[in-house]
Parts: sequence; C-alpha cells; structure tokens
Amino acid sequence: MVTNITSFGRSGLSDWLIQRVSALILAVYTLFMVGYLLFNPGLDYAAWSGLFSATWMRIFSLLAFVSLAAHAWVGLWTVTTDYLKATALRLVVQVVIILAIFVFLVWGIQVLWGA
Amino acid sequence: MLQVSVYRYNPETDSAPYMQEFQVDTQGRDVMVLDVLHMMKEQDNGLAYRRSCREGVCGSDGMNMNGKNGLACITPLSEVVKDNKLVLRPLPGLPVVRDLVVDMGLFYKQYERIQPYLQNDTPAPAIERLQSPEDRDKLDGLYECILCACCSTSCPSFWWNPDKFVGPAGLLQAYRFLADSRDEATRERLSELEDPFSVFRCRGIMNCVSVCPKGLNPTRAIGKIREMLLANAT
Repeated sequence: MVTNITSFGRSGLSDWLIQRVSALILAVYTLFMVGYLLFNPGLDYAAWSGLFSATWMRIFSLLAFVSLAAHAWVGLWTVTTDYLKATALRLVVQVVIILAIFVFLVWGIQVLWGA
Repeated sequence: MLQVSVYRYNPETDSAPYMQEFQVDTQGRDVMVLDVLHMMKEQDNGLAYRRSCREGVCGSDGMNMNGKNGLACITPLSEVVKDNKLVLRPLPGLPVVRDLVVDMGLFYKQYERIQPYLQNDTPAPAIERLQSPEDRDKLDGLYECILCACCSTSCPSFWWNPDKFVGPAGLLQAYRFLADSRDEATRERLSELEDPFSVFRCRGIMNCVSVCPKGLNPTRAIGKIREMLLANAT
C-alpha cells in the first residue's frame, strides 16, 4: 500500500471517480455557456447579470467552480508527483497549488453572490 | 551490409554510455534481431546481452529496437529496420548493468508486491481445486505473460514512479489472481491497490498493449481492476 497525504481524496479510487464526475459537470457547464453565448448574439449587461442572478444559475456555476477546484487539485497533484522528484520542492508546489485553488474558489463564490 | 548502432556501457571502464557502430552482413536474409546480436558478438565478444530460449518463451532478451520495445529473438529485421539502420538500446527506465543488460530489481519488486500466487485457506482436496471451464476461460490473456518487462519499461507512468506504480506487467498478474475463482484473497488484494499510485497512475495510453510480444492487453486488465475496486467501494 502506497500512502499519500496531499492528494485530494487520500485514495486513488476516490480521486479517479471525482476526476471523472467533475469532468462531466465541467463539460455540461461549458456546453451550456457556449450554447448560451451562441443563442444570445446581442448580449448586454442586463441579460448577463439577469442570468447570474437566477438561483439555479448560481448553484450550477458554484457546482462548476467546485468541480474545477477538485479537478485541478487531483490533476495538478498527479503532475507534481510525476515530475517533481525533490520532496521539499514538490511539497511547496503542492501547498501553493492547494492554497491558490482555495483562494480562487472563495473569490468565485464572492463574485457569484456578491453582485 | 546492415548498419547497427548499439548502446554500450561498462561501468567498470566507461565514464559514460556511448553508441557503437557495427556493420553486419546478413547475406540478405531476414534473420531475427537476436541473430544479428550473435553476429556482432563475433566481431566484439565484449558485447553483453541476455538471451536464453531464443524463441519468445523465456522473456530474457527484451530490448529497445529502433525505438520500440520487443523480444530480439522473435523480431525479424523486416519488422524493425528502416533505411538499412538498426538502433539497439536497453529497455528504458531501468538501471543499466552493462550494455543491453538492465537491472530488473524494481520490476520484480512490483511483481512480488501483488502476491503472484494462489491464496486459498480451505484444505486442499485430494486431487486438485476444480474450476469450471467458464471460470478457466477468464484467465486466458492473463496467465501467458512471460515477464519480459517490455510493457512496463515502455510506460511513462512506470518511468516516473517505478517504486510506487505497479506497472502493466504487475497489474496484468494482479488481475490474473483477482479473476481466479479459486483465489480467496480478493478483498485483501483490492485494498492494496486503491491508493493513487499502484493502479490509478495508469493514464491509459496503451504503450503496453502496443509492445507486448505475446499480444496481451494490460490496459484491459487495469480497467477490470478499476471496475472491481469501484464495485467493492460503492
């Protein structure tokens, strides 16, 4: 058994499942946004702001943000364990990545509910 | 005349590895790469490589031929030679002992880790543990592995983490015992594999499938292990 303490779910199985489910959510969100922009060519501030004031859109967006955060954590953690062989450097990079993901997530929530 | 370029390294006399050029006269025959190595050894008997059965059964002469891993004894020149040139290198990712001979220690350590033997605590019957033909069929495509290491040493995930990722060869054997109806250690075997490295470092690029000299499919076995882990944990 190989142990690990900085991976997202502490288990390869859970990380693997989270990676796949979050990828699906991100794909649906991306398709929705692209579709929305295509079907609203003359988009103005009122319509855009109106879209994001709807509760369902805020929940959908937050779901996408959380998925992105988890997806990035799992993916970048894997990259660091593949390519950064010096433990000190790897740990520092992992901590920076995790803190950045936390900051971006909280900032995203503030943007969604702040307006 | 075939132009052959061979990786040479003798740690006792060379400060760094280098490529040595050979001219080999195959008299126009489509011989195996191993035959070419014998001809080269007649020119320079210091050339080191492993070989034993010379018919693709023992798995000793796995090497990198013009960029692709395979067994020298069952690889005809017509399959690998381009523009009359052949480049021979040791299997990538493992420490070189000398020339084309690599230290297989890490590879065997991962094989040992998956406990490649039948585990069954019920008293053995008088003759043998019976298995239905259907259950026996599940082992086809798994038991034929000869542990030549061509697959694991062509896998970038194994190159980066050979101490943690079991590798395609070990995982094919892990599934060989997970799929065996006579084995009773399924739960213990699965619990040893669910961390982020042992199985899940596989990214499914299928280099293993592309190089396996026995035509086996470790990627499919890894997918089956994932399915078993998922079924066990949800």
